[in-house]
Amino acid sequence: MSTSDSAVLPRSGGMGWLKGQLRNIAPFATLLVLVALFSIASPSFATLDNVANIARQVSVTAIIAVGLTFVILCAEIDLSVASVANAVGIMVAFFTLQDQSVNIANIPLPGAAAILLALLGSLALGAVTAFGVTVIGIPSFIMTLAMLQIGAGICAMLVRGQIAYSVPAPIEMLGSGSIGPVPWIVVVAVLVLALGHIVLSYTRFGRYVYMVGGNREAAEYSGVNVKLVLAAVLVISAVCSGIAGMLGVAHFGSAQQNEFDNYLLDAISAVVVGGTSLFGGQGGIGNTVVGLLVLGVLNNGLDHVQIDSFLKILIRGLILLLALVINVYAQRLRAKA
Amino acid sequence: MARGAPLLELRGISKSFGGVTALSGVDFTLEVGEIHGLVGENGAGKSTLMKIIAGVHTSFEGEMRIAGRPARHRSARSARDAGIGMVHQELSVVPELSVAENVMLGVQPVNRLGLVDWPGMMRRARALLAELGIDVDPRVPIGRLPLGMQQLVEIARVLSSGARIVILDEPTSALSPPEVEVLFGLLRRVRDSGRSIVFISHFLEDVLAICDRVTCFRNGRLIETAPVSAIDKGWIITRMIGAGHEELEQGYAGEIRLDSRPGAPVVLACEAASGPGFREVSLEARAGEVLGIYGSMGAGQLDLARALFGRTALSGGRLSLDGRPIALRNTAAARRAGIAFVPESRRSMLFAQEPVYRNVSISILDRISRLWVKPAVERAIAQRHVEALGIRPPSVHPRLGTLSGGNQQKVALAKWLTHLPRVLVLSEPTRGMDVGAKEEVVRIVRALREQGIAVLVVSTEPETVLSLADRILVMKRGQVCEEFAGGTVSKDRLLAAA
Ligand SMILES: Nc1ncnc2c1ncn2[C@@H]1O[C@H](COP(=O)(O)OP(=O)(O)OP(=O)(O)O)[C@@H](O)[C@H]1O
Ligand SMILES: [Mg+2]
Repeated sequence: MSTSDSAVLPRSGGMGWLKGQLRNIAPFATLLVLVALFSIASPSFATLDNVANIARQVSVTAIIAVGLTFVILCAEIDLSVASVANAVGIMVAFFTLQDQSVNIANIPLPGAAAILLALLGSLALGAVTAFGVTVIGIPSFIMTLAMLQIGAGICAMLVRGQIAYSVPAPIEMLGSGSIGPVPWIVVVAVLVLALGHIVLSYTRFGRYVYMVGGNREAAEYSGVNVKLVLAAVLVISAVCSGIAGMLGVAHFGSAQQNEFDNYLLDAISAVVVGGTSLFGGQGGIGNTVVGLLVLGVLNNGLDHVQIDSFLKILIRGLILLLALVINVYAQRLRAKA
Repeated sequence: MARGAPLLELRGISKSFGGVTALSGVDFTLEVGEIHGLVGENGAGKSTLMKIIAGVHTSFEGEMRIAGRPARHRSARSARDAGIGMVHQELSVVPELSVAENVMLGVQPVNRLGLVDWPGMMRRARALLAELGIDVDPRVPIGRLPLGMQQLVEIARVLSSGARIVILDEPTSALSPPEVEVLFGLLRRVRDSGRSIVFISHFLEDVLAICDRVTCFRNGRLIETAPVSAIDKGWIITRMIGAGHEELEQGYAGEIRLDSRPGAPVVLACEAASGPGFREVSLEARAGEVLGIYGSMGAGQLDLARALFGRTALSGGRLSLDGRPIALRNTAAARRAGIAFVPESRRSMLFAQEPVYRNVSISILDRISRLWVKPAVERAIAQRHVEALGIRPPSVHPRLGTLSGGNQQKVALAKWLTHLPRVLVLSEPTRGMDVGAKEEVVRIVRALREQGIAVLVVSTEPETVLSLADRILVMKRGQVCEEFAGGTVSKDRLLAAA
């Protein structure tokens, strides 16, 4: 949602404007409908406690989804986000002193050094992806698939089937502590979302991201360094995943293999359900926030209404399909309008 | 068909987009077996009217009759089923698909198993292209062909679809003179077989040469229709823009005086440069001089232009700017070095989904903002250009995709006019512009020249080069084959050299 434009859009006129806004309106309407449904179906859903629950439940996904929004806006994809999150989460635990009972050949370092090394690790993973995509020219779909495997490999090598529990104190606090009633991880997620929004909507780099996604060739012919922009979004994505991974490990209370497996689909769903175009150039963090809430409300609400847990999986799949249909349809309408 | 009824009849057609009126009260008829020319300034509503006929715009006021019967298309598809085929101003080929697949798009032959019959498709496409006199390998992806060839293939597709009403929206803008001749031969045969053609063009000579009747549009209104035998260029221009523009009439048939400036300092020099599409090209662009590079389609001048902007890498030779050697690793490097480029295809230059002002500001963003974007500044800058270039509608807010073709082209030029470059490379700068707008481009280029910019005008249209250039290089098969500097030159001599 590029806010700076909303003031001038209506001039293109009634129906046309509505059609152009389908990708923003549909997810929001979905959210309202879901909230209404669950509030009616279950008295325990619309409570302050539960709102806090939902916020906490989507926080890790939110941090990953911010980076992914940058990538998808450029009409690329990053399938390695969850795997990178897992690897970086394990890295930070690997550099922390573990309990006697944990049987990992780790390298205990001071907390600050561990965090720094893990962040550098995410940066390095992002740099490798960026190199593969922009310099060698591997499609991001394939390159990040390889990185998914590499991330899993790093996890496996570091923990060798074991589970680590300790992380540096600051990470512990941000991942599982709270200030007053508000969990730190929610605060961090909100800050990362806000930062992402500011960068995308108000900075020159953000504009380049939209332009490269909107028409890559035209960006090139306007003298924009397209490869640099693509490299940057891939690195941003890896770093966001890294942060999510570290906090996630503290949040879950353990670091182990395959811990983040659900987060790839969750993060992609959040971005796409929110209405950011898979073809690039349209959408933004505002959309991602709505997408996160739709997913969060759906997951949480289904728990409140006693539904077959296998059916839940199917329902999530159907919602995602619906979102994809709207996404592609919105693209067409807008192209025609 | 009811005897005497025109093939297509439109009554009282009006269409507006939000607040913008594109057409008001248009009555238009198309007879059986005629080529009907449509002319008018950029944004006059020509494309809009044709899109209504072809079912692209389905909401409009007024009525439409085909062969006397009321018709109202629900979609482009139902228009196609009613026998209406259209080649849009913006190419709509699928670049990744082969030529044959593009020609047969939607009508691929299938074998008994219901699968696409590839050998059959290749054979039919080959036969069809040969019949139309288009010399191209049907197996190559169409995106690899020069723009003019893509355009011919697209025209071939519509002609071969059996449509009885064929609409061509600026079909010749990307074609070289011999290709135009091929096309005209084709169109005459189509007409003589009893089908009808609407021919939109800003090349008034072309319109006068091929059409049977001509209709002039101005500001969304149909001004007048007349048989071609009764009119001339002046008649058209008066109706298109109003009286008092008779000077636009003079073509470039006679001798043009060249005004080269051999003493001026060399800004951009190119020594034995080779790259994809051109070999061993040496040239010098001087400050305050417009260097025209003319060649027919595929002669390599458009490829050369791309390489001068760092879009493709040189495989040999050297470039220097102000006497210092430069290597253009990418387009960003070229832009920073002070080289600007307007490519021949609008689609690859502009952001259709973004507002006009963002299209203008993209290439100067790093000058007006370090970290934060400043939309107010961008709009102010864009507003200046919109007014100076007479872009319509005169606002910086509409999405670029809603502008008419010619107005989009003006935006493409505007984006390099804020911070003047050292070298401006224009590839087909006047394609798709009306006579008035072309005159405007000539004026802008002259003004840039006076400010000491080295301008390169690269084109397949002799008129474009002749109207702008102070010195002309002619390219042929990737190499410079002749130079015209000083003295005079004429269109015939240019064509003969290429
Ligand atoms: N989809 C659209 N949304 C809003 N305005 C539009 C749209 N399509 C066309 N217009 C407007 O309608 C007017 C007529 O445009 P049209 O494309 O028909 O002009 P044209 O005669 O084909 O011009 P050109 O020679 O430049 O191609 C223009 O002012 C244009 O901005
Ligand atoms: Mg047009």
